[in-house]
Amino acid sequence: MIFGAIVAGGIGSRMGVSGIPKQFMNLGDKPIIIHTLEKFILCDKINYIYIGVHKDWTVYMDDLLDKYKIDKERIFIVKGGDDRNKTIMNIINGIEKKFGESDSHVIVTHDAVRPFVTLRIIQDNIDMAVSYGACDTAAPAIDTIVESNDGKIISSIPDRRKLYQGQTPQSFKMKKLKNLYENISESEKSILTDACKIFLLKNEPVYLVKGENSNIKITTIEDYKIAQAMVKGEKIEPNFN
Amino acid sequence: MLNYIYQLVSPGIFSVKYSDENFSEKVVVRPDYMAICHADQRYYMGHRDAKVLRKKLPMALIHECCGHVVYDGTDTYIPGQKVILIPNVPPTNKIEGIYENYGKGAHFLSSGYDGFMREFVIMSPDRMVKFEKIEMNIAAICEFVSVGVHAIRRLIKAGGKVDGNIGIWGDGSLAYVICCCLRELVPNAKICVIGKNTAKLSQFAFAHFTYMADSLPENFEVDSAFECAGGEGSFYAIEDIINYINPQGTVVLMGVSENKIPVNTRNLMEKGLVFIGSSRSGREDFLDAVNLMEDYKFQQRLCNIIIEDDAVKDINDIHRVFNTDLHTPFKTVFKWDI
Repeated sequence: MIFGAIVAGGIGSRMGVSGIPKQFMNLGDKPIIIHTLEKFILCDKINYIYIGVHKDWTVYMDDLLDKYKIDKERIFIVKGGDDRNKTIMNIINGIEKKFGESDSHVIVTHDAVRPFVTLRIIQDNIDMAVSYGACDTAAPAIDTIVESNDGKIISSIPDRRKLYQGQTPQSFKMKKLKNLYENISESEKSILTDACKIFLLKNEPVYLVKGENSNIKITTIEDYKIAQAMVKGEKIEPNFN
Repeated sequence: MLNYIYQLVSPGIFSVKYSDENFSEKVVVRPDYMAICHADQRYYMGHRDAKVLRKKLPMALIHECCGHVVYDGTDTYIPGQKVILIPNVPPTNKIEGIYENYGKGAHFLSSGYDGFMREFVIMSPDRMVKFEKIEMNIAAICEFVSVGVHAIRRLIKAGGKVDGNIGIWGDGSLAYVICCCLRELVPNAKICVIGKNTAKLSQFAFAHFTYMADSLPENFEVDSAFECAGGEGSFYAIEDIINYINPQGTVVLMGVSENKIPVNTRNLMEKGLVFIGSSRSGREDFLDAVNLMEDYKFQQRLCNIIIEDDAVKDINDIHRVFNTDLHTPFKTVFKWDI
């Protein structure tokens, strides 16, 4: 079976404009997380969708599903963990408790705050994970990336043609992801920034799915303004002065 | 849900509109295959009056499309159902005797309103027709077939003679589709296709007669006629039709022209001819078109005018299919995989 896993475990808001977690802020007429969820609902290859939410916000999330008349037949809310990967593991545990373990289960993990994900990206993720076991959505890097070891002097400028900006979804054969995660050390777990790194630490290949520059992550107030402008179609006059 | 709508903002330039859309009480369709119409190409190339372009753009192109249902808040269709999308949006106040495509206040998607170049199309259940036994790349041109069905419906309703000679002026896609539909809908008619290109005319193997426009036999005559030339060719086609049609014959005009076309009204009146303007189609025409297209032989004939380009996966690919269409004589279809 194919499972969507929308990761919304955070409670922080870097927006500075609202007391609620950013995934619950409105974009257009609906909360960001509802837009994201609706894209997953419209992917007919996905059997069930799990949402990992901080324990203080699970009731709120459930209320949102009612408010926006979302059919709950395919949707489960689970409590998030202390970090992103622990939230994903909580979702996997929830899935296996209900549907059992299976080598064929695939999980499509996605940030709740990336509501501009497209159906094509989700479907490509599913196809790639089914075929190869693991994939990451990424778009070619636009900016030149510079590396600095001390934050003062550039230590290297990697070749941009080989650099991509990681997005989500990240999709995996579920059982393999779980097994790899259980076999890395606590110190390795502490430096993980995303689920794909679990595969890389164990020298397992992760394939690329073509992302979109529009698949932005709404994290800061600037991101939020850009997202609002994208939805409202407001013209932004370029000003280079 | 944030829907991606791929709009033509000015000739040759596309941009994405991110549209916040509600779908809980509607049907959501994922477009799968699309076909390009001359009307789309005219917008893309900027071959419309500047005033028209200013008024209608930005706008998503394409009104020939099939797809599958991914959500239905009306419980009319089951998810996965293959459907043809109807671009005509009838007015709320339906007037008896007026076809839905001519009603005052009717809209047409891809003419002032966004067409089907979208990630998802959200519509009422009556704006689509389900189908089963048609290949998707052929189903893409169902709207085009429905236009042919509608034109023949108009001819019959107007009392046009359909058991004698019917002339089709034109040798392009529209003429071909009219010919296909006539063969099935009025089997007693003798179909004569009049064109200017021998290679194109050779495709009409199922017409009873084909002629080059400059060498029509002296005793040539038709009882009813379809003008499918369009553009500058409309003038010559209408001129010929008036000359060769029998008295009180019926003429269906279908070719679109950007410029005004002179008509020999003296001879038209002397013969007592009936002229019908026929454009677009409505739901009943789509239903009949699907019935016709579910026949294997009918599909095989349509295959002769379909050229499938590679799938569209990004905006660059949209430019590619429009360029392909410029260099192909018939219908360009493509998988929508963006």
